[in-house]
Amino acid sequence: MSGNTIFLEFLLFPGLLFTTIAGLLTSWVDRKVTALVQMRLGPPFLQPFYDIRKLFIKETCVPEDGAIGLFLLAPLIGFAGVTLASMILWRTLLDFEATFVGDLIVLIYLLILPALGVVLGSFASRNPLASLGGSREIKLMIAYELPLVLAVLVPVIQANSIRLGDLLSGPSPAATVSGVLALLVAIACMQAKLTIVPFDAPEAETELTGGVFMEYSGPPLAMFKLTRAMMLFTMPVFLVVLFFGGAVSGPGWLPKLTGFIVWFLLVAITIVLRNTTPRVRTDQAVRFFWGPVSVIAMLAVMLAWIGW
Amino acid sequence: MNYAINALTRSLNVFHLGGSACNNCDIEILDALTPRYDLERFGITLVGSIRHADVLLLSGIFNKKSAIRMQELIAQAPKPYLVIAIGGCPCTGLMFRDSYNWDRMPGEYVHIDAFIPGCPPKPEAIISAVVKLVDALRSGALVPGCLQEPSEAGELVPEAAGAAELN
Repeated sequence: MSGNTIFLEFLLFPGLLFTTIAGLLTSWVDRKVTALVQMRLGPPFLQPFYDIRKLFIKETCVPEDGAIGLFLLAPLIGFAGVTLASMILWRTLLDFEATFVGDLIVLIYLLILPALGVVLGSFASRNPLASLGGSREIKLMIAYELPLVLAVLVPVIQANSIRLGDLLSGPSPAATVSGVLALLVAIACMQAKLTIVPFDAPEAETELTGGVFMEYSGPPLAMFKLTRAMMLFTMPVFLVVLFFGGAVSGPGWLPKLTGFIVWFLLVAITIVLRNTTPRVRTDQAVRFFWGPVSVIAMLAVMLAWIGW
Repeated sequence: MNYAINALTRSLNVFHLGGSACNNCDIEILDALTPRYDLERFGITLVGSIRHADVLLLSGIFNKKSAIRMQELIAQAPKPYLVIAIGGCPCTGLMFRDSYNWDRMPGEYVHIDAFIPGCPPKPEAIISAVVKLVDALRSGALVPGCLQEPSEAGELVPEAAGAAELN
């Protein structure tokens, strides 16, 4: 593969443009379903695009005594991370042999970057409320990363490989007991990774008034919103690849349809959870993830080890 | 049609700036966002931080102390933004205009793009005013106050002497 094709792939199809559009459409689904749950009409179809376009014409305010370089760089860190992660996922979905050994580990690290960018940006702004949100985000990261990595271990043990292509071509882990347990754990972790209700303590509209994004305006805020929307699209794709490998790969339209339905169900679970639960405190979230969720994740790993 | 104005008016994020209002206007503003009126149909949402705001809603009485805070907040909003005065208080002063701590009309020291009188105005009135404002902006009949050159009235600041006495 030549350098030019990779560049095009990064900018156009599985990378930047595709993920951006798909992410914004997913965020429209999110807002529309939320509106329907609350018996409203909801925003028009192109509303997420209008929101982003509007932010690009707004002024960029920078805090007077913040770390301005880091403040403006932070949104790009998460944006680059989620774009690369989506590109690796989709290249594997299109062609099992396209990627390298160990891409799963790279992917896990890339998916941490959006949260890391948010933390860096919130601290760089030197706003007390944003810093409070940033510290909550760090605690949340420490809480959910352990069970998430344990849940990712289950398909790895079953396929005996750390390459996404091998996970996809093998049987689906979701058909086994350990796979189902790990999927439940991963769904809980996904909710926290996307920082949406019940794990939205870092933003907390009502008490921190926007929290981590408080000082951002204009294009940098647009980058953060895009990153959020792209994560909402990419995380369910990641879970589909991990846990429904065999069912969504292969020739013909049936696996593709299955993949889309499973992806949509995962997004729907996220949205319904967001609309039916209250926000938990940070200590409750940490206790939840290190307590029951981690125990279930370890159980799943042990079951996978004995071949269940 | 101006590209920036079109982009702005299709996605208005509202920041609510209450200047010791009696809460009736606040309730009617929230009412306009509830399922019955659902302002999100037009892309209008409520935000918590002034940095995310496109529209600043002024409600209540801005007296000698809170007028300074209001001007500080408006200075922090990213341009272009719109300022809307909701309720009789910021429009006319109502019964408070002869009060000892009443400074001047907010319209005399900040650019206000739309006035929505009423005590309190109904949600229908608020929606109608927003629609009229958006129409006027798109047709070019109105330029957002923050983009206009400051007039003689625009230079006004709350009377520093009186404010200092109260502080």
